[in-house]
Amino acid sequence: MRRPGTARVPVPLAVPAALAVAFLVLPLVGLLVRAPWSSLGEQLTAPGVGQALRLSLLSATAATAVSLVLGVPLAWVLARSRIRGRTVLRALVTVPLVLPPVVGGVALFLVLGRQGIVGSWLDDAFGITIPFTTAAVVIAQTFVAMPFLVVSVEGALRAADARFEDVAATLGADRWTTFRRVTLPMVAPGVAAGAVLCWARALGEFGATITFAGNFPGTTQTMPTAVYLALQSEPEAAVVLSLVLLAVSLATLLLLRDRWLGRATP
Amino acid sequence: MSLSAQVAVQRGSLALDVDVDVADGEVLAVLGPNGAGKSTLLRVLAGLLRADAGRVTVDGEVWDGGNAFLPPHRRRLGMVFQDALLFPHLTVADNVAFGLRTRGERRTAARAAADGWLTRVGLDGLGGRRPAELSGGQAQRAALARALVGEPALLLLDEPLSALDARTRLTVRAELRRHLADFGGSAVLVTHDPVDAMALADSVVVVEEGRVVQAGTPTEVGRRPRTDYVARLVGLSLLPGTGAGRTVRLDGGGEVAVAEEVSGPVFAAVRPESVALYLARPEGSPRNVWPSRLAGAVPHGTTVRCELIGAVPLVADVTATAFAELGLAPGAEVWAAVKASEVAVYAR
Repeated sequence: MRRPGTARVPVPLAVPAALAVAFLVLPLVGLLVRAPWSSLGEQLTAPGVGQALRLSLLSATAATAVSLVLGVPLAWVLARSRIRGRTVLRALVTVPLVLPPVVGGVALFLVLGRQGIVGSWLDDAFGITIPFTTAAVVIAQTFVAMPFLVVSVEGALRAADARFEDVAATLGADRWTTFRRVTLPMVAPGVAAGAVLCWARALGEFGATITFAGNFPGTTQTMPTAVYLALQSEPEAAVVLSLVLLAVSLATLLLLRDRWLGRATP
Repeated sequence: MSLSAQVAVQRGSLALDVDVDVADGEVLAVLGPNGAGKSTLLRVLAGLLRADAGRVTVDGEVWDGGNAFLPPHRRRLGMVFQDALLFPHLTVADNVAFGLRTRGERRTAARAAADGWLTRVGLDGLGGRRPAELSGGQAQRAALARALVGEPALLLLDEPLSALDARTRLTVRAELRRHLADFGGSAVLVTHDPVDAMALADSVVVVEEGRVVQAGTPTEVGRRPRTDYVARLVGLSLLPGTGAGRTVRLDGGGEVAVAEEVSGPVFAAVRPESVALYLARPEGSPRNVWPSRLAGAVPHGTTVRCELIGAVPLVADVTATAFAELGLAPGAEVWAAVKASEVAVYAR
């Protein structure tokens, strides 16, 4: 219910708020205004664009899948188990959230690069080289995006009533069965929201990707790295690529609002 | 003895140390105030919490004790919680079938058993609903069916009626009584409502601050409370003292005349309806007359329950008419009178 008077916003708040809106919205408007609408069709069908878009969608989806398989169990451990050093673990896990992605890329390079701790062993033992491959793109995106999923799912698990898990135990369900048949279905909206956030973050990933995977069309060039490259040679193409990313982002936001966030916070 | 448990647990400031025994087909009520450790006891029996010391044995099988600890999902038990806690993402029938499915029953067989139990608890045809579409009473019935469908050796009921409104509680209590009578295993009912204990249990233990302070049949406990808490619950004024002939010298000061010869430490218990109030000191038959002051009064059915302070603290029930005629208000000076024959007296 609206209290009387809440419609009027005090000036010291209204002016900065309006400026903030302008600051956030104007660049996007600029993008729309300067877009080469007449040549949009041919720009979009240019060979590089489709390739980058396809790789972006594929790698972001793969990174989200990896994040789900590894991140949901991690979130469970953080939210439910009573292992020692859980707070430290949580801090470590969330580091990639605040770490500049380019630092993440360098770090991945030091571990998985040819001279890296794990990379050199992979190279010696199996002849596998990771950097500058599509796999490297997925790894970089997973590194940056998985914490979003973990944080989101952990929050959902904490909010879920743990007494249901007690009930399941008294009904003969061991902890794994309980997780599968009770916990996971109950936090499904949180997992879905986390997955969408994770996917959106992976889709926009730039710093770690370009550092660890490079920018080779067809194998490691994703939309963001393509935008960056295009801006230096053909700015119009950069604008078109940016438009596509903007459209995908808005679609993601709508999906989140209507499908999950809207239901979680009525 | 089907359930035999000696349980010691330290949980924060609560030190629980309780022994309970329940035979097959019997219902034990664990009665006590909030924070007394009742639910902790139940969690230990369920295996949701491990006892620090002691032993839980069911049908001769050690569930907890020494190095043995059977995790909850391997115990043959059913548990009903205060809020029905039906899984919100499953239908009512799937909720009831849950325990059978986890124990390896086939889907169709589990479903048939669940439907059978839904009929037994009066939820015929509601199996396809979501828990959110049930009323509180229906949800608690479904929770009972879910707990009983696996034919447990031990049934644990944690305040199963306290989340229900007064009218629903009445009907669900009556149904629960019927299902408990049919149940062949041991049942432990945790409650803070003496009516639940009286209506449903074969025996009662009263737990206060982690200890058993009284045990017996519901009638015994109701008639001869041993602590203020129980006395209050059953509406008695409990006066500890020392007997000397036909008089009890109260620990708190004052004397009570009683109808029989007593000696040694005793309790004198006074029912509220046997206390009469007067504005002037009454003459004649009553043997016990005390000056008192009215500390508070609340309507209680057709009477007014009056709390009296003074040399002998008492609770008195007077009719609303009498209350009005006496013109009583909190703080009023009154005389409380009780016939000696109306005072129950028993050894401490």
